[in-house]
Amino acid sequence: MRDDCADGSGGGKSRALKFILGIGALAAGGAAIAMSRKLSADRGDPNRTLFGDGPLAAARSGASGDYAESTLISRAVTINRSRQELYDFWRDFTNLPRFMEHVRSVTPLDGTRSRWVIEAPAGGTVEFVSAVTEDEPGRLIAWSSQEGADVRNSGRIEFIDAPPGRGTIVRATIAYDPPAGALGRAVATLFQREPKLQARSDLRRFKQLMETGEVTTSQPRPTEAAAA
Amino acid sequence: MRALVWHGKHDVRIDNVPDPEIINPRDAILKVTSTAICGSDLHLYDAVIPTLQSGDILGHEFMGEVLDVGSGVGNLKKGDRVVVPFPISCGSCFFCGKQQFSLCDNSNTAEKADMSETLYGHQMAGIFGYSHLTGGYAGGQAEYVRVPYADVGPMVIPDGMEDDQVLFLTDILPTGWMAAENCDIEEGDTVAVWGCGPVGLFAVQSALLMGAHRVIAIDHYPRRLALAKQLGAEVLDFREVRVWEALMDMTGGIGPDAVIDAVGLESHGFRIDNIMDRVKQATFLGTDRGAVLREVIIACRKGGRVSIPGVYGGFVDKFPIGALMEKGLQVKSGQTHVHRYLPELLRRIGEGEIDTTFLISHRMPLEEAPEGYRMFKEEPNECTKVVLKTGH
Repeated sequence: MRDDCADGSGGGKSRALKFILGIGALAAGGAAIAMSRKLSADRGDPNRTLFGDGPLAAARSGASGDYAESTLISRAVTINRSRQELYDFWRDFTNLPRFMEHVRSVTPLDGTRSRWVIEAPAGGTVEFVSAVTEDEPGRLIAWSSQEGADVRNSGRIEFIDAPPGRGTIVRATIAYDPPAGALGRAVATLFQREPKLQARSDLRRFKQLMETGEVTTSQPRPTEAAAA
Repeated sequence: MRALVWHGKHDVRIDNVPDPEIINPRDAILKVTSTAICGSDLHLYDAVIPTLQSGDILGHEFMGEVLDVGSGVGNLKKGDRVVVPFPISCGSCFFCGKQQFSLCDNSNTAEKADMSETLYGHQMAGIFGYSHLTGGYAGGQAEYVRVPYADVGPMVIPDGMEDDQVLFLTDILPTGWMAAENCDIEEGDTVAVWGCGPVGLFAVQSALLMGAHRVIAIDHYPRRLALAKQLGAEVLDFREVRVWEALMDMTGGIGPDAVIDAVGLESHGFRIDNIMDRVKQATFLGTDRGAVLREVIIACRKGGRVSIPGVYGGFVDKFPIGALMEKGLQVKSGQTHVHRYLPELLRRIGEGEIDTTFLISHRMPLEEAPEGYRMFKEEPNECTKVVLKTGH
């Protein structure tokens, strides 16, 4: 466990929820098709997406019935680096495991598709193939899981100029369908808040890595840090 | 190694724990030579700061010798003697760029930052040995300590300066200095300081150095008041006088131009509001006792400045927002941006302008740290500052 204290939970429950988290944030998963269509409508005008549907949709997601079947997460963070620098780092998907806690590896298959390996409970893994659905260098990347994924998911990350001298506003929108079946649904409902938590900490690690060159840890020794 | 470990309320012990090691390129490992118990450590000792866990190593005022550095630390080498600021700062985020080092965006960990974001709306920076709200870092009341972002924080101390002269650069001296700076002192100003603990006493010294016409210090421990007097303050014992009335009398009815709350969330006092606060704090109905905070705001002159270096963690009942607004007061607060003040304060110590050693009432080996905590807590009149020495 990286951190017993952050979520206040322990043991098996925690493992189960982290699995859910992982899938949420990592895969940056999918409001499914309806949502990605909605997001796509915002293309082209960064300011529109900054103050437009994205964050409002996320803020509403607790109450809205529109995406009741999916989990939708949106969070913005300001990073003191240029849009291009941040885009380049993210677009090389092999970098993602450096700051996404539950992504074990991402292997490019061709120019747009990649195979994701995600940590699952009890030391297992889940794999799926994800494809880039939108790609504007220095501006945005969107991706979606391909047919056959156990957890349908999609994600979109936008890079928007912050006020002059203040770096880049990075907004991640992540959506995913809970694991199929009654059990998956029950678990997802139980820990509804947790994917957001995981997305928050993944984005914080991204910011740390980009601004400081390392991921901050308060562990006293590498052995604990590795086990975390 | 040996380290001071928190086990619970009023239960700290010296335990054997594994030595820290380098993890990240910008880390250093320090061999601690001197470390102090801070007044804010007593808030941990009293268990009024949440998220401390049994097994945590305390201590955020420490200095020592560089034992090892990561590949990313170019400005330190093995054997350097350094003091370490208590807030951890990355040096490259928006806040560090503005010299607001204690607001660093990257030094809390990605997971633990959630707690302070939930409490305060935004995450706190990392602080050594000060609960998991601030990252859960092991502190420096130990033989060794891991220092993250060591290329930003530690400052090398020139040969010829004793540990005791410079140890307080880690926290209480810059904290008193920033408290006075936050008063935006103008010619002719009277500054009133509540609390003559280490921070309050350094605030007295700093305010006078910054040109305050007079400084009035308020406490109820005779020895602490005597120290304030020795530094040039006029003093008030709040057991003997009504503070507001005394201040109005001394300032011709105008009130102090600037006020400093160097007490924080565990204020003493026998007024009814404070007794109510104590009950609420003990029963978790409220978190912070606010008697001093209320008093400084009521005493401050119209259009004056309120500086709050005292630690608060949660909520204060009956905050006099009406007085704050109607009197047009300005408030400045915050954990200290220690890094910002180090070079200037080191110079002033070197030139004899600021004395730090007057404060130290007790020096003891690290092994006796639990007794140091007990004394600092229970004998505040005699025990003004405890410095712990490791056996290196």
